[in-house]
Amino acid sequence: MASQEPRHVDEHEADLRIVGLGKTFVSPEDPSEGVVAVDDVNLSFRKGQLVTLLGPSGCGKTTLLRMIAGFEEPTAGDIFFGSARVNELAPNRRDAAMVFQSYAIFPHLDVFDNIAFGLRLKHLDRRTIQDRVDTVAGLVGLEGMTKRPPSQLSGGQQQRVALARCIVMEPRLLLFDEPLSNLDAKLRDQMRVEIRDLQQRLGITSVYVTHDQVEAMALSDVVVVMNAGRVEQVGNPIEVYARPASRFVADFIGKANFLEGRALDGTAIEVAGVRVDVPNGVPHPAGSAVTAVVRPEALTLHQTGGGSLRGRVARTAFLGSLGEVVVDVPGQGSWLIDVPNAAEVGLPGVDDEVGVTPSARSVHVLPA
Amino acid sequence: MRAAKRQIEILARDPLLLAVVVVIFAAIATFVVYPLAKVFLASVLVRGTWTLEHYELLTTRRLYRNALVNSLQVATFVGVVGTALGFLIAFVVTRTDVPFKRVLHMLTLLPIISPPFVGAISILFLFGFNGLVTKQLLQLQDFNIYGRWGVIASQIFTFAPLAYLSLRGVLQSISPTLEDAAFNIGAGKWQAFWKVTFPLALPGIFSAFLVVFIESISDFGNPLVLAGAAFPMLAPQAYLEITGSFNLARGAMLATILLLPSLTAFAIQRYWVSRRQYVTVTGKPTASTSKLVTPFAKWTLFGIVASFALLVVAFYAVIVVGAFTRVWGFDYSFTLQHMNYVFSVGLDSVRDTLLIAIVSTPVSGLLGMLIAFLVVRRTFPGKAALEFGSILSYAVPGTVVGIGYILAFNAPPLILTGTFAILVLAFVFRYVPVGIQNGIAVLKQIDPSIEEAAQNLGADGVTTFRKITLPLIAPAFFSGLVYAFVRAMTAISAAIFLVSANWNLMTVQILNQVGSGRLGVAAAFSILTIVLVMIAIAIIGFLVERTGKTTSTIRF
Ligand SMILES: Nc1ncnc2c1ncn2[C@@H]1O[C@H](COP(=O)(O)OP(=O)(O)O)[C@@H](O)[C@H]1O
Ligand SMILES: [Mg+2]
Repeated sequence: MASQEPRHVDEHEADLRIVGLGKTFVSPEDPSEGVVAVDDVNLSFRKGQLVTLLGPSGCGKTTLLRMIAGFEEPTAGDIFFGSARVNELAPNRRDAAMVFQSYAIFPHLDVFDNIAFGLRLKHLDRRTIQDRVDTVAGLVGLEGMTKRPPSQLSGGQQQRVALARCIVMEPRLLLFDEPLSNLDAKLRDQMRVEIRDLQQRLGITSVYVTHDQVEAMALSDVVVVMNAGRVEQVGNPIEVYARPASRFVADFIGKANFLEGRALDGTAIEVAGVRVDVPNGVPHPAGSAVTAVVRPEALTLHQTGGGSLRGRVARTAFLGSLGEVVVDVPGQGSWLIDVPNAAEVGLPGVDDEVGVTPSARSVHVLPA
Repeated sequence: MRAAKRQIEILARDPLLLAVVVVIFAAIATFVVYPLAKVFLASVLVRGTWTLEHYELLTTRRLYRNALVNSLQVATFVGVVGTALGFLIAFVVTRTDVPFKRVLHMLTLLPIISPPFVGAISILFLFGFNGLVTKQLLQLQDFNIYGRWGVIASQIFTFAPLAYLSLRGVLQSISPTLEDAAFNIGAGKWQAFWKVTFPLALPGIFSAFLVVFIESISDFGNPLVLAGAAFPMLAPQAYLEITGSFNLARGAMLATILLLPSLTAFAIQRYWVSRRQYVTVTGKPTASTSKLVTPFAKWTLFGIVASFALLVVAFYAVIVVGAFTRVWGFDYSFTLQHMNYVFSVGLDSVRDTLLIAIVSTPVSGLLGMLIAFLVVRRTFPGKAALEFGSILSYAVPGTVVGIGYILAFNAPPLILTGTFAILVLAFVFRYVPVGIQNGIAVLKQIDPSIEEAAQNLGADGVTTFRKITLPLIAPAFFSGLVYAFVRAMTAISAAIFLVSANWNLMTVQILNQVGSGRLGVAAAFSILTIVLVMIAIAIIGFLVERTGKTTSTIRF
């Protein structure tokens, strides 16, 4: 298992802290049978950070988020908002506003009443409510629509109502459960930018669940990659892309080629009998088997001879701005190589023998 | 046990909700379970000693044995015939294009909103000793309608509409495209019906049978009016033991016996049949094609169904005429004297009935929705028991409830006999199950995150229920209201044990008038009841319309 590289946040400066958190769902029919949805999760985040929980479907992201919101009861561990432990706090008293995957707009209330719902429960006076709703409606681009019933809103507008309803509360935490998954691609990109801008402007610590790695990369200060209930890696987008902590992370985020070889010394490995320099370091004793990750754009294709490793072209595809070439390297499997400027340089034919050189600074040896 | 403790801890984070749950548990225990237990106890514990002597009477006394056998036979027969008739009507309404479908539908439903023994009164008007048909038309001297066939006839008239109502829903939810598919692969009409439609509807048919069976065996009014001394039946016999011979233990024994078949039928319905309802849910009821029947079959069926509708018309016409006829059978001149009686001497009972119905209906409606909400959306220990306890009273015959209430609330700690409260409580807990079931069905279709969102924005459990859940399940709430109101206005079997000089009911008045041979007054009371019920339904319909403006346009 990959190491959990905790991004160091001091206890006293953490706005949200999760310690040893676990959740096992017990089936009501057979109490001896349980599903471990979340397993020993430790995380700390600073105020104002936007954190994404990223992982394949079923890995426990929603369960983790719902424990933060108070809808699920942890079976192990603790959750702290600042220094306050909130495990026993009812969801309505947590001050952690959530945007649901299905939006969960109150269908019998118009836009204004949806947004004002939480404020009214706080018994604020009418003027204050009116002002705050108007301001927030403006922020999310719903001005002039506050009298509409939800049935007359598009998907994107419903999404905005769900968001407005949360931020009008000025909560200490914002929680998002795959908020964009029901929108079409174009609207998704636009809303993504808007959410990021708004979050930056308001400075509210946010936890954002998604299974879409592009979305996670584009949005986050911190990405938490999850797999089967456990945290695989915590890091900023560049770290999780360039220095994945495990094969799973490398594979899940972007496209990855795996180089199987042996450690030579602290700065080089041997792959298919060829020495590959790894200036970033090899954290393994000499002679041990290692796996390194190289992204497709960090492999250079040599069509006319040369290159440190040799292979045979299995497939090619021209995608406009770049070409993709799949090369079978003996003893290594298939590697995917990006060819920039493919229209100019052309692509090799299938079965051609070609050379491949990894860009040394982009080779990342996975930890043991 | 640990899990239960944890569930309570979680619930306790919302103290108001915990309080509500505790109160509901206490109420169900006190007003549903406790009276039932009292009935059973009274039948086996006599003056401090345990005994089965009263149950032995079932073998030694023919009266009691006959009562049991008669009740079972009648309920089975009425169940079969009533269900068959209900199915025919439902089939005609959903699968053919005969004219006047809407009228047929309305007429078929009329007996449901009437006091349960209006049929019995009409039968007396038509076929009694002074009956229009038997005496005036046929000049029969010794024709006797009292007994088995009288009860059966009036029960079929009363309960077939219930079977119709549920089977209409079943047939509507079986898409006619399935029948089309059967034709498509070469099935004949007859085959399509027997191999596709009928098997799909079978669980629904069985379920309707059980409903009619339960209603029939629990029925009190029709047997009391029509069974006569020579044909004893369980429910009226239990009543006579208690009010006539003041023999509580025997009454309790008969009530316990009465409970067995009802509960068995209920258990089968709930835990066996309902799991087999593999009706294909297509979302909306589809407009039906009418390829399933030949024109000949169609008009034959229409004839049967129309005859039933005409019978309904005839029965009600007789009631109306009877209410304005001086002395039925002798002097058919017009009179207002029966109506005058109702609006003078009878006015108190009209007021009492309305007041009790108006108070118990919203309480029952709200309680039903609240229990549905708790059952679907919350976890707490004893949830299954709460759900079971609260819908149990659906299967408990009113006679048993009535006896249970007089046994349970006649002595400290809780003395309620003779009060307004005991009638309201009896009605609230008797008519809450239908509201609960409707509420559960609707709630299961509402995305739970809508309620979670409310909580997330700061609403506690009770506020969430009030501001979000209740408005969203308004249709179920209002249909629960209609049911509770109709039942409260037309109830007799439990109420007859609970009325007093201070609080009397129209239905009990009707029965008393029938008993003393004053059918005209009984008819006048019946008409007034039906009119009041219709007014109430119209008012509730108006409320639905108004709230519907804001909620019905919503896509979930
Ligand atoms: N209420 C529940 N009861 C039982 N198992 C559940 C429940 N909710 C989620 N699970 C299980 O927990 C695991 C994680 O689910 P979830 O958190 O929804 O994953 P994700 O949001 O990452 O797709 C899954 O295996 C799921 O089946
Ligand atoms: Mg999820």
